[in-house]
Amino acid sequence: MQGNTACAEGALAAGCRFFGGYPITPSTEIAEHMAAKLPKVGGVFIQMEDEIAGIASVIGASWTGARAMTATSGPGFSLMMENIGFAVMTETPCVLVNIQRGGPSTGQPTMSAQADMLQCRFGSHGDYSIIALSPASVQEMFELTVKAFNLAERFRVPAFLMADEIIGHMRERIEIPDSVPREERKPLTAGALPFRAGEDMIPGFPQFGKGYGVHVTGLTHDERGYPCATSPSLHEDLVKRLVAKVESARHDIADYRVANPDAEVVFITYGSPARTVEQVLHDNPDERIGHLRFRLVWPFSEKALEEFPDAKVFLVPEQNLGQMAREIERHTCIPVVPLPRFGGALHTPAELKKAVEAWR
Amino acid sequence: MTYSDWLRADRLPHIYCAGCGNGTVINCTLSAVDRMGWKKEETVFVSGIGCSSRAPGYIMTDSLHTTHGRALAFATGIKMANPDLHVIVFTGDGDLAAIGGNHFIHACRRNIDLTVVCMNNQIYGMTGGQGSPTTPYGALSTTTPYGSQEPAFDLCELASAAGANFVSRWTSFHVKELTRSIHEGLKIPGFSFIEALVQCPTNYGRRNRFRQVMDQVEYFKTHGILVQKAHRLRDEGLPIPADAILLGDLIRRDRPAMGVRR
Repeated sequence: MQGNTACAEGALAAGCRFFGGYPITPSTEIAEHMAAKLPKVGGVFIQMEDEIAGIASVIGASWTGARAMTATSGPGFSLMMENIGFAVMTETPCVLVNIQRGGPSTGQPTMSAQADMLQCRFGSHGDYSIIALSPASVQEMFELTVKAFNLAERFRVPAFLMADEIIGHMRERIEIPDSVPREERKPLTAGALPFRAGEDMIPGFPQFGKGYGVHVTGLTHDERGYPCATSPSLHEDLVKRLVAKVESARHDIADYRVANPDAEVVFITYGSPARTVEQVLHDNPDERIGHLRFRLVWPFSEKALEEFPDAKVFLVPEQNLGQMAREIERHTCIPVVPLPRFGGALHTPAELKKAVEAWR
Repeated sequence: MTYSDWLRADRLPHIYCAGCGNGTVINCTLSAVDRMGWKKEETVFVSGIGCSSRAPGYIMTDSLHTTHGRALAFATGIKMANPDLHVIVFTGDGDLAAIGGNHFIHACRRNIDLTVVCMNNQIYGMTGGQGSPTTPYGALSTTTPYGSQEPAFDLCELASAAGANFVSRWTSFHVKELTRSIHEGLKIPGFSFIEALVQCPTNYGRRNRFRQVMDQVEYFKTHGILVQKAHRLRDEGLPIPADAILLGDLIRRDRPAMGVRR
C-alpha cells in the first residue's frame, strides 16, 4: 500500500468522517482516497476552493462533533497558517497532514523535504503549541494518523502528521488491525463555563447543536467564551494555558525509538532519513553508533536525549538546513551536528558512515 | 417568543456606534428566524471579521466568530457535517467581497444551504473607514482621500451570476421588506443571499455628505427603486437613474442544493 493511502486508511479507522481540502502534489492521493471511501461510511468529502477554505471547513465540521482532517503540502500549508491559529485559539480538535515537498515557494512539487518542521510549530502568529508526528514507514503513516486523531481529540489542538514525500509515495506491505485505540473529546459538563479548564487545562467540548449555546471566537475570550481583548492578564492567562496544556504533557506523550543506548555517536532522526540510519546500523553492527528516532516531534521531549548518557555527539540528518537540530541544540551541552541533505536526494549510507567516522 | 429572547443580555451594551444600521439588520434577522419557529439549539450563526461579524456574539445560539473573509468556508464545514443545523452567516462588504470573495462565489456555485445576510455599509467601519469593494466611485474614505477611483462591486449580481438560489437587496430603511426577504431566504433550500445596505454614520456618512444618521437612511428611501419598477422602466425604454439602488427579490430559482438532508 502507498503511504498516502495508508494515511487515509488510518484516518478512516480512527473515525474521521469529514475531509475538506484542496488537491496538491504530493498529498493528493489522500484526498482521492477519502473522496472514494468517506461517502461509503456516512462521511463527508468536500473539495474546497483553496487550502484556506479546506482547513476552515474542517474546523467548522469539528464543532459539530465530527473527527475532521485535511491534507496538503508546502504552499497549501502556508495558506492554512491563519486558520491553524484560529483552531489553537478556539481549541478545535483537527488533524492536518503535510506531505512535505521542496520549498520555498512552488519549489519541488514532486521531491521530498522536511523543511516545514518549524513552520508547523511556529507558523501562525502569536505564541502557541501544537502536536506533530512524523512517520518513517507506510505502517507508521497508518498508525500515527490514528494517533494524531486521538491526541487532537484529547488535547483539543490541531495535530499534524508531518510526513515527507518519500514516505507518502513509498509502497510497503502493512498490517491493518481490526480495531484501533480511540480517545473521545471530553464533553462539557452541563452548566459549566465553556472555556473554564480544570487541572488538565483542557476544557470540556461544547458541541454545536447540543444546546450549549456557546460563542466561539478567535478573539481573546474569557471562560464564558465572550470576547475580552483588552485585558492583559486575561490574555496572558489564556495563552499560557493553551501552551501549557500541550507542553506540560510532552514527556507523557513522548514517542520515540532508541537503538544502542550506550553509544557515543548518536543519530537523531524523524521521517525518511531514519531509514538511511537504520541501513548504516544494519551494515555496521556497532554498539557505539546510536539512533534516536522521534515519532512524535512536537512538543519536543528533551528527556529523550537522556536515553544516551554516554553520547559525545548528536548527528542530525534532515531533509532541510537543520531545523530540528536547532531545537536539539537548546537541550544539550554536547555538539549537535546538522547533516542537511535536501533537494530530493536522500542521504546515502556511505555519507552517514563517513559522518560517524569523523567523530571517532 | 420575540427576537429579544434570542439576545444575550449579559453581553450588552453592544459595540455598535450610535446610529449604526447593523442593529436593525440583526433585529430583522432574528424576527425572521423566530418566524421560522426554529429552536436555538438547532440554529448556528457564523461570521468573519468586522462590525457585522460581531453580531453572532450577541445571539444566544451556538456561534462561530471566525477569521477575516472565511465565514462561508467555516459555515460550509458545519452545514456539510451536520445538515440538521440551520446555519446563518452574518458578513459585511469587506469580509465577503474583498478578502472573502473566492469563498463567496464558490458557496454560491455549490448552492449550499446557508442564508447569508450581508450588512453592506460600503466601508471598513471597524478599522476606521477605509475604502471597501462596495465604496461608491468617488466616495471619500481614509484610503480614498481624493475619492474612490475604483468601480464598486454589485454583490447581488455576483451572487446571481455565481448560482445562488435566492438573492435579495434591501436597506436598513426597509425593515418589513428586509425581514420578509430574510424569512424567504431561510425557507428556500440552497444558498440565499440578502444584502442589506446600512448606514455607517461614524465612518462613511460623515465623510460623504450624510451629516445626520437619518440623512443616509433618507437617501436609501429616496434612491431605492423596486426591481419590478426598474423592469417596467426598461421595458418602456425609460431611463433608470444611475444612482438608483435596485431593491427586492432579484433571483429565486431551484438549482440543486448542497448540505440538505436527503
